Order: sequence, then structure tokens, then C-alpha cells
Amino acid sequence: MLSFSLTPLWTDYMIWGLVIALMIWGQIISRSIQVKQQWLLIFESKLAMISAIILIFYLAIALMDSIHFKMGSNHATTVTETQSVLDAIFPHLAYQQERTYSAPFATTEYNKSLDINELGEVQQIYQPLKHIDVSSSVSITQATLEAFLAGLLVSLFLISLHALWRSRAHQLSFSAFVLKVIRNQTLLPWRTAYITLTTLVLFLSWLYFLSFSYHVFGTDKVGGDVLYESLKSIRTGVLIGVLTTLVMLPLSITLGISAGLFRGWVDDVIQYIYTTLNSIPGVLLIAAAVLVMQVIMGNHPDWFTSTEERADVRLLFLIFILGMTSWTGLCRLLRAETLKISQVEYVTASKAFGVSRFKIIGRHILPNVMHIVLISVVLDFSGLVLAEAVLSYVGVGVDPTMHSWGNMINQARLEMAREPMVWWSLFSAFFFMFILVLAANLFSDRVQTVLDPRNNR
Amino acid sequence: MLAYIIRRLLFAVPILIGVNLITFALFFMVNTPDDMARVHLGAKQTSPEMITAWKQIHGYDKPLFYNEKASGLSKLNETLFVQESLKLFWFDFGQSDDGRQISSDIKERMWPSLAIALPTFIIGLITNIAIALLIVLFRGSVLDSATMVVAVAIMSISGLFYIIAGQVLFSKIWHWVPISGYTDGWDGMKFLILPILIGIFAGLGAGVRWYRSIFLEEINKDYIRTARAKGLSEIKVLFGHLLQNGLLPILTGVVVVIPTLFMGSLIMESFFGIPGLGSYTIDAIHAQDFGIVKSMVFLGSVLYIIGLILTDISYTFFDPRVRLN
Repeated sequence: MLSFSLTPLWTDYMIWGLVIALMIWGQIISRSIQVKQQWLLIFESKLAMISAIILIFYLAIALMDSIHFKMGSNHATTVTETQSVLDAIFPHLAYQQERTYSAPFATTEYNKSLDINELGEVQQIYQPLKHIDVSSSVSITQATLEAFLAGLLVSLFLISLHALWRSRAHQLSFSAFVLKVIRNQTLLPWRTAYITLTTLVLFLSWLYFLSFSYHVFGTDKVGGDVLYESLKSIRTGVLIGVLTTLVMLPLSITLGISAGLFRGWVDDVIQYIYTTLNSIPGVLLIAAAVLVMQVIMGNHPDWFTSTEERADVRLLFLIFILGMTSWTGLCRLLRAETLKISQVEYVTASKAFGVSRFKIIGRHILPNVMHIVLISVVLDFSGLVLAEAVLSYVGVGVDPTMHSWGNMINQARLEMAREPMVWWSLFSAFFFMFILVLAANLFSDRVQTVLDPRNNR
Repeated sequence: MLAYIIRRLLFAVPILIGVNLITFALFFMVNTPDDMARVHLGAKQTSPEMITAWKQIHGYDKPLFYNEKASGLSKLNETLFVQESLKLFWFDFGQSDDGRQISSDIKERMWPSLAIALPTFIIGLITNIAIALLIVLFRGSVLDSATMVVAVAIMSISGLFYIIAGQVLFSKIWHWVPISGYTDGWDGMKFLILPILIGIFAGLGAGVRWYRSIFLEEINKDYIRTARAKGLSEIKVLFGHLLQNGLLPILTGVVVVIPTLFMGSLIMESFFGIPGLGSYTIDAIHAQDFGIVKSMVFLGSVLYIIGLILTDISYTFFDPRVRLN
């Protein structure tokens, strides 16, 4: 008998809650034709479409990694571990540890080690990897072919699902819509979207199929699979980038708007708070807060039951600290914009008519500053992902036991001094981080061009 | 002018008090000296006597705000707040955990930090502005869009990558410069050149984009059109008129950074083994030396506020329209 139970972490609740909230919000605002037009304009750019699809892939992996569950049998002897859906897809990578370094696609370890052969002689050899069976594993070409076939099937399935949905929405026949896509006559660049999707699915399925017989990105110092680590790190990066805004937004929106609207002593106090916070060097404030947090957590070991929960609480604290230190910039922007808007005639008119201040905020000010909020959220995302790596290097980032690109870089950094170099850990950490940040930057560029009214003169 | 500067300086005082209170709250109220002692002594074998002894050695055995045991003025004076926090205003940073004077350490380590930060800043600024002007000259062309793509790519790569890749390429494979280290004087150049170059390159993406947008904002203004109408060449328009007027918005972002150059770069210095303030801070963070971290937080804020004041002053200097009030 198998037992199954969900064991969500705090951050799981937050990220899923946020995604669901965003979907509902998207539904609500898409009723406005103006907003819909703006988003259509954003996605008209091919680059924005490609970036958005890449971002969705990252988010999907992060979300899959944010469903934690326990699978146990009734045998009391088997110890069950909490795993995520991503672990369940990659069981062969999650639990198969080699002894130490091995290069990508290698069948033996990277360094010679002592071994005693059948004759009893001690010799230095490249030990074969424990979980790579040279004789039974399929060749790279065969696995690649299989992977491409499977990838094509999956992406065709996804594309036809989407095409079916869009053709219904446009009240076209399926074939007419497909023809339009092929000729690139659709309003949004769906052809580019489909090509991007297929490329990504093919790449992922190639990684997945080969991961059964090889360590595609090699293994690290303690023998962990680097591909698996990089994939697990996606959750940490995305979470820090996304959830920090959750902490930041309420602070900067309420404080920024009230400073701009109420003026007087409220404005003075809020300005004082953000100037003070701003004048402390960012990394140092974060470092100081994280040091304090470490001491607090060290003195309360009873707050968490497992190392995973401990890492999760630490991540939560880190997100909170990052949010507390990064709301000032947006707050200042919002204050200035609110000052401007509250001088506009229709706002003074509604004030004269005795409309309550909260209604003014909701009806006139919030909708008019929303583009600033959106631009800064998208802009901050890539900065936060990069900051995670730096903070982990400084030693004030996420928990050392947690999978993150910063931790991978930190651990692999010293190995560059080895001869010959162990480059694959660093390479894959930087690679996965680069693609995410590049996509986010390109997308935020597009959002900025479309939403910033200064560009539409 | 003098009255203005004095007023600005007075305005800085409440902010510094705020910074002081925040650091005090973080380091002494949220986690007490007892917690610090336990962390430093190791969680397992700590007896109350050992904690008291540790606190006594480091001067943390005082009450927070009010000392009942003392008499007279020292009721207020013999407290953690006065001894550990208020003294920062006199730049009396006290001792680090290994018994060295923090202020003399800072004075000593300031110069290596500056030796990297200053050239990076100046050469970087000039390169960024030069490239930005050049692509503004070719705006709308393939060169413009290609440079923007490259700039986004440069921005998207983690700074750690540039450092590691630079060390591997230039030091390990080509042996042009030593991997890390530092000496005083001109001999130190061979250690400094790589971090400076990497610092400039890593800042290129964001810098060029930023200055380009500033220049593009200016280029549609009337005075540029007038200059062109007079028959000036595009080069003269760019370097004579655009650059001068574009300098003003550039000042806002640039002057504020200058004083904080003293603080050095955390990552650059620790990778290249430069004994500056950045690596000082990072070592303190690793060793959980709260005294040093606290001092650096305060010093950083002071320098930032000096930068803000300098920005205001430079504004009035370069733009007579800005009145001093």
C-alpha cells in the first residue's frame, strides 16, 4: 500500500497563491479594452513573445518544483523523503549520487583514484561511474533521435491545442488558422511562438532522454548531477525574483501614494524613512539583516523540523529582507507621480465634489500609476535573480543546503584552479541564469517601451 | 552658498540618527549580546559564565539605554547605546573581535579600495559616454540596434562570470597578470589592471543604455534643432551642444557615487585578494564580526549622504537655474 500526502512549504503556498492571484487579476483587467490593447502591443514584438515563452517555461519548472509531497509505503523500514513533482520526474537524477567529479557524458570519474584489481595489485585508474552502465545504455545518437521524436510529438500536441483554442476565438476553421500562422499573418507572432516552443521542448526532451544514460552536465564534487541541480535552482531564482515584489509592492504603493496625496507631515515622515533606508548601502543592510537572522534562527532550532523547512524559512526571511530594502526606489517614483496626478483638474474636481480620498486613490491614482508599478516589477526581477548569486557568494544568501545558482557558483569557483579545469558546474549555473535574466531583460524592455507614456509622444 | 551647505549638513543629521537607530536595533535589540556570545562560543558548550565573560571582553555587558548601577551622568553614558552606537558619530568605531582598532584598519584599507574603484569609475564613465555618443550619432541604424542587443546581453550576465572568466583567461591560460594579490605603489599595477578592466566591462551594458537614453531625450529638444539649423555638423552638435546639456542629468547619477568609491567592491576585492574595505567587510560578514559590519554600515551611509549633498552643490554650480533653497 502506498500512502500519499502533500507537504507544502511556506514558499509553495506563496508562489502558488501569487500565480493564482495574478491569473484572477489578469482576468479582471483584461475586461478593459485599453489594457488588452496594450498587452497585445507588447506581444506584437517577436522578441517579447520569445522571452515570454522562455519565462513561462522557467515559471512552470519552478511551479512544478513547488508541489512537495511525501510518498510512503506502509513498511515502517523504508524512510520516506519529501519530494517535489520535479523530483518525481527526475528520480534517476535525484537519488543517484556518484562519488565525485565526472565530466559531461563521461563514463568514468574525472580523476584517477586508488583501486585494487583482481590480482591484488594497487593501481591508479579512472573509476567507472556507479550509475552509468556503458554496456546497456543506449548510444547518444539513438537517445537523441528518440528525444527529438518525443519532443516533436509533445510540441505538436501543445501547438494544436493552442491553435484549436485560438481558431475558435477567431471563429476560423482550424486549417485556415494554421495557414495564417504559417504565412505569419496573425496579429500576434504565433509562428515565432510555435518555433520557440518547439525548440525549447526539443531541448528539454533531449536533456531528459539523455539524462537516463549519462550525466549530461557532469557531476559535482560530491557526485550530484549538475543538470538536476541547475533545474532545482530555477525554483530558488524565480521565487526570489517574484516573491520579493510581493513584499515590496504593498509598502511602496501605500507609502508612495499616501506621501504624494496627503502631503504635509505624512510626506515628511515617509520621505525621511526612505531616505534613511536608501542611504544604507544595499548589500551591507542585507548582510547585516541576514547575519541577525542567522543568529535568531540559530537560537530557535525548534521552529523547523527538517533541513528543508529550515532552508525554506531562511529563504522566506531573505525574500522579506530583500523586499524591505528594495521598496524605496518605487516608492519615490510613485510619490512623484501621485504629486503630479493629484494636481490634475479632474482630481481637484472630484476633491471639490467631496469624493472620499480612498475613492480618488482607487479611481484616479492607482490606474494612472499602474504602468510604473508594472515596469519596475519587471525590471527588478532580473536584478534580484542576479543578486541571489552575489549574496550567496558573500555568504548572506540562501541556505547552503538549498539548490541555487549562487551556491553552485560558490562551490565550483575554487575548482577553476584545478588542472585540468572543472568547468561544467559553473557553466551550467551561468547558462541557466543567463537565459532567464536575458529573457526577463528583453521582456522588460518591451514592457517599458509600450507602457511608458513618454515613449508614445 | 555657505548657509546652504550648512543647512544641507543639518538635514543630514536626522538621517544619520535614523541609520544609527536602525543599526542599533538590528545589532543589539533584535539579537541581544547574549545571542552573539552564543554564536561565537558555539551553541553546545556555553555556560552563563562564559557568556558573561565574552560580553565583558567585548564591552557588551551593559544595559541598552539606562544603567541603574552607575551614578550621575554615567547612568546614561555607561550604556550600549552610547558606547556602541552614538560613538560612531565621532568616527570612534571601537575594536573588532580580534582586538584591532577598526578606525585604523579602515584608514589603512581605504587606499587599495580606491586604487581599484577610482580608475574603474573614471575610465568606465568616459567609455560609457563615448560609446553612447557614438551610437547616438548612428541612431536608428543597424549599429545602434546591434549595440543595444549586445548591451542587454552584457547586462544579463552575472558579474561573477566576468570575474571568473577573466581570471581563467588572463591569469590561468595566458599568464598575462597574476591571479590575485596586492602591493603598494606602481608595482601593484599588474594586480590592479585585471579587476579594473573587468569592472569597466561589466558596467558597460547598463551604462551605455543609460547614457544613450539620456542623450536621446535631449536630442529632440529645440536647441539641438537650432544648432542644426545654423548649419553645424552633426559631430559639433553632439560634442558641443548635446554633451554639455546632457551632463546635467548625468551628474545626478554620478556624483552621488563618488564618495562611496571609498567603500570598495565586496566581490571584486575578495576574488582578487585586494586588502581593501570591500574584502574587510566580506571577511567580517564571514566571521560574524558585528563591530566591523556595524561600522561599515554607518560609514557607507555617511559617504552616501555626503554624495547627496555634493550632488546638490554641483547642480547649483553647473546649472544656474537651480536656486539654492
